[in-house]
Amino acid sequence: MTADAPQPASPLLHVHGEAGAQLIDFAGWQMPVRYGSDLAEHQAVRERAGLFDLSHMAELRVSGPDAGAFLDHALAGRISAIEPWQAKYSLLLAEHGGIVDDLIVYRVDESGAAPEYLVVANASNRHAALDALSARVAGFDASVVDETEQTGLVAVQGPVAAAIVGAIGLESEPLEGLRYYRALPAVFEGEDVLVARTGYTGEDGFELYIAAHATESLWRAIVLAGEEHGLALCGLAARDTLRLEAGMPLYGNELSLDVLPAQVGLGRVVALKTKGDFVGRAAVEAGPADDAPVLVALTAEGRRAPRAGYPVLDDGRPVGRVTSGALSPTLGHPIAMALVEPASAGSDALTVDVRGTQLPATVAQLPFYKREA
Amino acid sequence: MSETKYTADHEWIRIEGDVATIGITDYAQSALGDVVFVDLPGVGRSFAAGEAIGEIESTKSVGELIVPAAGEVVEVNDEVAGDPTLVNSAAEGAGWLVKVRFTEEPELLDEAAYRELTA
Repeated sequence: MTADAPQPASPLLHVHGEAGAQLIDFAGWQMPVRYGSDLAEHQAVRERAGLFDLSHMAELRVSGPDAGAFLDHALAGRISAIEPWQAKYSLLLAEHGGIVDDLIVYRVDESGAAPEYLVVANASNRHAALDALSARVAGFDASVVDETEQTGLVAVQGPVAAAIVGAIGLESEPLEGLRYYRALPAVFEGEDVLVARTGYTGEDGFELYIAAHATESLWRAIVLAGEEHGLALCGLAARDTLRLEAGMPLYGNELSLDVLPAQVGLGRVVALKTKGDFVGRAAVEAGPADDAPVLVALTAEGRRAPRAGYPVLDDGRPVGRVTSGALSPTLGHPIAMALVEPASAGSDALTVDVRGTQLPATVAQLPFYKREA
Repeated sequence: MSETKYTADHEWIRIEGDVATIGITDYAQSALGDVVFVDLPGVGRSFAAGEAIGEIESTKSVGELIVPAAGEVVEVNDEVAGDPTLVNSAAEGAGWLVKVRFTEEPELLDEAAYRELTA
C-alpha cells in the first residue's frame, strides 16, 4: 500500500481511545491489542464475557440468482446447501490447493427471495479474497460487493454473552432459539443487525454486524448491559490466546498459500463428495506430497512459551516449526501448534528450541481447551 | 536514593555505591503486556556490555534484559521470579530484576533523554 492511500479505520477508533486501549496496526487498521491486562481480558471471556471490536474483518456481499452456484465454484464448501440464516466455515483455495483465506459465509436472505450471502474474510486477506471472488464470478449471474468499510462488527463472547446481548433492546426473534452457527436478522435503534451465534474464542457468544455509523451506539449499549455481568473490553491479544486454546487456526500462522487443507486438519471442510468442480479441487484430490508437513498440537511443562517460528526438533533433528504458541492463560502451561514432518507427528521425542533451550513437547489433541457443555 | 538513569534498551538503572539496580521501564512493561515469566541470571555471572542476561516473557512477546556495560551479577530479585506480575505493577520499584557491579562505566540516558526517546 502506498503512503498516501487512505487507511481504513474502525468506526470505534475514538471509543477505544477514550477507553485507554493500546492500539496496534493490523492489516492497516489501528485496532486495540489490549485495554489493560490481556490476561484479565482472556479470563473475563472464559468466566463471564468480553466485547471485541472486529470491524477490520472484511465483509463481502454476494448476491444474484447464481450466488450459491458461484460460491460452490469459488469456495471449498458446498455453500448452496446452507439454509437461510445458517453460517458455514469455509476455505478459499488457490488453483494449486493452497489456502488464500479461511472465511465464514452467512446466508442472509429470507426463504423464497433471491439468495444472498455475506462472506466474512480476514482483514489481512481482504483484497486477496475480493480479487479472487471478483475473478471467479465471471460467467455467473451474481455480484460481489466489498462492504467492509460500511460495516461494523462487534463480538460478545463468554458464558454470559446471551444475557448481555438479550438486554440491549434488539428487536428480533428470541435469542434463546438461536443455535451455534446460525444467525438471525434484528433491528437495533432502527438499524438492521445481523446477529450470529459464531465466534473465535471457544466460548458461547455472538457476532453482530451493523452499519458502520451505528456501531458506536451498539457498542455503548453492550457496555452498559454488560456492567452487571462483569463484561470486559478485550483486545486482539486476548483474542489470539483464546482462539489458540480453542485450537482454531489463524491465517498467516497455521494457514497459508503453502499448505493444503489436509495438512492442517481441514480436509473435512472441502466438499469433494457433494459437489462438482471448484477452484482447487484437482490439487486437493491429488493431495499434499507424502513429506508435506502436518499440523500438530503440542503441550509442554513450565512457563516458557514456544512462539511462532521457533524450530521443532525430533530427537535433536529439525523437523518443523511452531506456527502459534503461548503460555496458556487458562491451563497454566505452554501450548502450541506446529507444522512438522509427518513422520514426526506422533513422536515422543519432540522438543521446541526456545531461544537455544530445548523444551520437551508432548503431542496433544486439539482443542487444548473445551468449554463445559 | 540516587537519580534514576535509563538505557535505550528500556532499562532503568539506579547506582548506589558500587552496586547498580536494574529493571525494565514502565514504558517497556506497558509495551510487553502481561508478564508471565522472568528468566534471571545466576548470582556471580559476569557479562559483557550489550549482553542479554535475562528474559522477560509476556503473553505476546519476549523482552531481553540487556546490560549497558561489563560487570557481574551480585543479586537477583527472587520475588519477581516467583511473581512476574510485579514487573507490570511496579516496573520501576519492587519489580526490579537484578543488582550488578559494573567493571566499566555505563553510558546512560537521563530521564529527559529517555522520555524523548519514547515520546
